[in-house]
Amino acid sequence: MTALAARPAALARRFAPEIALIGVLAVLPAILPHIGGTYDIANRILDWGLFGLGFDLLFGFTGLLSFGQAAFYGAGGFVAAYVLIAPFTNNAVVALIAGTIAAAIFGVVIGYLSLRRTGIYFAMLTLAFGEMFFFLDISPLAQWTGGENGVAGVPEPHLGFGIFSIDINDPSGLYWLLVVIFVVGFWFARRIVASPFGAVLRAIRENGARVAAVGHDVPKYKLTVFVIAAAYAGLAGGLLGLLQGYMPPDAFYLDTSGQLVVQTIIGGAGTLIGPLVGAAVWLYLYTLLQNIAGIGALWKMILGIIFVLLVTIFRRGLCGGAVVLWRRLFARPAPVSASVAASVEPTRAAPEPRRSAQRPPPTGPVVLATRNLTKRYGGLTAVDDVSFELREGEIRAVIGPNGAGKSTFFNMLANVIPPTSGTIEFKGDNITGLGATLVCQRGISKSFQINQIFPSLTVRDNLRIAVLARAYGKFRPAMLRAVDRDGTINAGIEAAAASVQLAERLDTPAAELAYGEKRRLEIGLALATRPQILLLDEPTAGMSPAERVDTVRLLRRIASGVTIVIVEHDMDVVFGLADRITVLFNGHKIAEDTPDAIQANPDVRAAYLGSQAAHEPA
Amino acid sequence: MFNGLTLGALLVLVAMGLTIIFGTLGVVNFAHGALYAVGAYAGFVTYEYTGSFVAAMAAGAIFLLVVGVVIERGLIRLYYQRPPEDQILVTFGITIVLVEAIRAVFGGLARNIPAPSWAAGIVNLRVTLYPTYRIDVLAIVGVSLVLLYLVLYRTRLGLIVRAGIEDQLMVNILGINVTRTFLTVFGLGAMAAGFAGVINAPIVTVTPDMGADILVQSFVVVVIGGVGSFWGAVVGGLIAGEILSLTAMIQPAYSQVMLFAVMALVLILRPQGLFGVEGRQ
Repeated sequence: MTALAARPAALARRFAPEIALIGVLAVLPAILPHIGGTYDIANRILDWGLFGLGFDLLFGFTGLLSFGQAAFYGAGGFVAAYVLIAPFTNNAVVALIAGTIAAAIFGVVIGYLSLRRTGIYFAMLTLAFGEMFFFLDISPLAQWTGGENGVAGVPEPHLGFGIFSIDINDPSGLYWLLVVIFVVGFWFARRIVASPFGAVLRAIRENGARVAAVGHDVPKYKLTVFVIAAAYAGLAGGLLGLLQGYMPPDAFYLDTSGQLVVQTIIGGAGTLIGPLVGAAVWLYLYTLLQNIAGIGALWKMILGIIFVLLVTIFRRGLCGGAVVLWRRLFARPAPVSASVAASVEPTRAAPEPRRSAQRPPPTGPVVLATRNLTKRYGGLTAVDDVSFELREGEIRAVIGPNGAGKSTFFNMLANVIPPTSGTIEFKGDNITGLGATLVCQRGISKSFQINQIFPSLTVRDNLRIAVLARAYGKFRPAMLRAVDRDGTINAGIEAAAASVQLAERLDTPAAELAYGEKRRLEIGLALATRPQILLLDEPTAGMSPAERVDTVRLLRRIASGVTIVIVEHDMDVVFGLADRITVLFNGHKIAEDTPDAIQANPDVRAAYLGSQAAHEPA
Repeated sequence: MFNGLTLGALLVLVAMGLTIIFGTLGVVNFAHGALYAVGAYAGFVTYEYTGSFVAAMAAGAIFLLVVGVVIERGLIRLYYQRPPEDQILVTFGITIVLVEAIRAVFGGLARNIPAPSWAAGIVNLRVTLYPTYRIDVLAIVGVSLVLLYLVLYRTRLGLIVRAGIEDQLMVNILGINVTRTFLTVFGLGAMAAGFAGVINAPIVTVTPDMGADILVQSFVVVVIGGVGSFWGAVVGGLIAGEILSLTAMIQPAYSQVMLFAVMALVLILRPQGLFGVEGRQ
């Protein structure tokens, strides 16, 4: 911190968005009268903007579209209003804190229920629970909330801090109060976005299943951001009561949730400032169009049409668009990486010398074992009574003709699917049924047959997710730390990138990688969790012969220090890598031996040749 | 009890449109409630001009078929490849436009379609007296559901729709003209919503916002019953209708809240819905 303080320029750069925001908000009162605005409108815009900060974290960054934010806005507002009119206290700070906490508690309950489902279900559930709060408000709780009349007589804000107490009794005073709260709220939201916690949220938006597979407790991350969004909503709701001197029941309306969504999209989701800009557009259009005869009644329809058009052709919204424009105008062109050319340079597809010839089969302790592992799908037994032992440092290939049960067996090893019967033991502990996240935390990581990467994140940010899972455990809400300032994490990312030959591509978005590079990133994600056992599901699937040779070389380098199980169709890869080979056929284990012995094994030959070809096509 | 049946039957009809659209197109139609409201207004206008309730029902259904086709061709088809959040957003936007268009044309005042003359009066059901119209609603919905069932389970279109619910990608791969199927299904779904809007109009009042409640309730129906399931929608709708009306008899203040409480319970005990299939998102 002292180093930063010594360099005001660095400090200014670091807080540039906050400084710009304060600047705009500070001069706004001087401009307001000239643009037909009032303090009242500005206050409402700031309140919606604050409400939207939480929603943007939830929707823009985590990808969770909630239609029930009104529940928390209303809950926070009514609790705060009730605290103020009840004879406990007249301190607005206490009331706002109470409202925020109440909203957060409701957030835990509603979040727990709604997050049981994803995608469209989540949107439907939040909408339904939002409506539940509205109905609770207008009838069963009417004696406290005033039903359809709301709570009247919310006093003007009195801020008490011991001997320093301030009474705010005009709209300009409220404006400055809101400015302070909004700027602090904005700063906090920006810290979250730039924190390790925020990095995990963004990855969840891209591919939640993979975030779970590298060892993060995704439901807990989602619930936490849901509660944060609820708390923002509760605070904004409490301020609404203070602004109006009255807490209306329409805070609970479905329309309130809808308005928040529309404003966020218009302003630009995923920008934090977007909801504020969207609110300004909404309230301004409303105020301006109201006064124009003929179209006054149509203002909301016009907004609706704008909204549909924005969603259809300009999904980034105003701020998102501005950011893109800014980058196009001012950003330096990214240096073209030489590694693109290098990575496609043809390598001769010479068969690799056998590994088994190079070193004796490992004799270390058993690290992974299955006992009578069976998986039935109805009448079909995909994996039948397979027992298997894996020794430390070993490279084991699992092969077999199509339909042999390899993938099922493999997915059971990684705890992606539960076995029908039998157990899986890791270093003597029974890990059956722990789930992929916990298994990964214990040190078994899987790379997928079909790439499961985070396409719009850079290679660095992709690997970061996996490195964080190892460094921080399955859940650690580190929200105030800057994600790129942790030296150990950065070192972990660079090491992982180097081991899969992507060190020069660290700042390239994953979507722009060549296929072979994506495949290496896929392996890198599994590797970056620093597993003791690496499960590779067809690592060379879809690769050219040259790329396969490269990949075998790469895997062999990785293998010093990691135990590997590999499912693969390409026999050059299998025989080039494996210490021992397990052969599955019709769900049974028919052989398990060194590559040479497997090649000579008559049962294995029958299994493969019986299906007409020695090399099954992938 | 009977109130619950009538309400439940209507919910079944609306939720059915929602669930077949979702099941086939993979789109959650947040505009479904607005389509229901447009249907009610189409019925209202027709009734004003013709004085015939049957004409109103026909007009509501046909007009909504047209509206559905226009919306699908104009907007929804652009969204099949986009993330579900975008689909929700655009249908939500359509809701705003439709509701506000209604408000602009008809104003915000409540309108009413009287129950048709052939269904006026009250029937003595021994245990209770009951408006004839509500019983007729049951019959009308019953017939429409049977028709819908026949379309879904006895025709080629129905086969494609059901296959699409199971595995949309596979249906595409098989070379079936999904474009036309999608159009038909969206039109049918919109039609069911509009038809429900007309036949519910004599029971409730017709306002621009009438669709919001029914949309939320039909979401609850779909969550309880399980998305994409014909019987899920039927059973879920009837359960929801009964919850609403039975609780209303005992403790009116809690009737809506009770509905959501049951939904929460289903979510905890059986997240995929009563008739839902595990693994479908």
